[in-house]
Amino acid sequence: MRRWLLGLLLLGVGATGFAVEVRDFDDPEKQARYERLIEELRCLVCQNQSLADSDADLAKDLRDEVYGIIQSGKDEGEAIRFLTDRYGDFVLYRPPVKAITLLLWGGPLLILLIGGFFVWSQHRRHAAEPEARLSDAERLQLDRRLESIRDRLKE
Amino acid sequence: MRFLIPLAVFAVMVIFLAIGLTLNPREVPSPLIGKPAPAFTLPQVAATGKTLSPADFKGQVALVNVWASWCVSCRQEHPVLLQLATQGVVPIYGLNYKDQREAALGWLGQHGDPYVASAFDADGRVGIDWGVYGVPETFVIDQAGIIRHKHTGPVTPEALEREILPLVRRLQGESS
Repeated sequence: MRRWLLGLLLLGVGATGFAVEVRDFDDPEKQARYERLIEELRCLVCQNQSLADSDADLAKDLRDEVYGIIQSGKDEGEAIRFLTDRYGDFVLYRPPVKAITLLLWGGPLLILLIGGFFVWSQHRRHAAEPEARLSDAERLQLDRRLESIRDRLKE
Repeated sequence: MRFLIPLAVFAVMVIFLAIGLTLNPREVPSPLIGKPAPAFTLPQVAATGKTLSPADFKGQVALVNVWASWCVSCRQEHPVLLQLATQGVVPIYGLNYKDQREAALGWLGQHGDPYVASAFDADGRVGIDWGVYGVPETFVIDQAGIIRHKHTGPVTPEALEREILPLVRRLQGESS
């Protein structure tokens, strides 16, 4: 049974491990650049997968293009420009900071600032409130109660 | 009064989520809108000896429809294109994407041919230049050869009446 399970697990590894074709590079530096890039670029067909993960036909074609650009000795910027010129910033998992993406990049900071201000104002209001003190009458009442409890315990 | 703040935050979230629900995530805005149609010179599907390039539809408003015989949704939009072609309002050029010539010709023979001509893009390189990611796609090109609109997915009669044809008429009016 165990052996069967292990075999099944290994089958899965094989299927995912070879989704992307093997590529030859004349320079390991280029290979690293290529592998980094296809992880960063988004497939347009299966939108939640990177070019590296996707099995779609278009993803393979786009990997071919990226491979060609990198293998010819051009840098990452060139490959990214090739794709954004045709498909827009959508292909980038990390979109550039632009007027239109300002809320995307600044949003978390904005929410943090709003939250921080809220916490600060709450804190200040509590600090400004005078500490609650017992009046003499209340103190007397409490003392009496304590006294009666003690008496009862003695009995 | 204090309960109004969470209520307001909730209302804003509902508005944003409601807008998000009506958007189509498959609709990727094309950076090519407002730019010249990417150049290509490809053999035609039917007339092998002849080529097709954007120069062939310059000087008139034209539709460029990306299609393939293996594309199921293309069959859905095909009657709409055929009917449009018979009206003669706007010429339709085809970009046959990653297809086989025999299959493409067979498809046109079986379902009808609405295209003035179709370019044969066997390896899909021109498709990539045009930012094609989901066949069928339809581009509206103006007289100057500038891409003015892109419709992703099958052209429905509603999309034709509401988006494409009004734009075509407006662009045709600009020239005269």
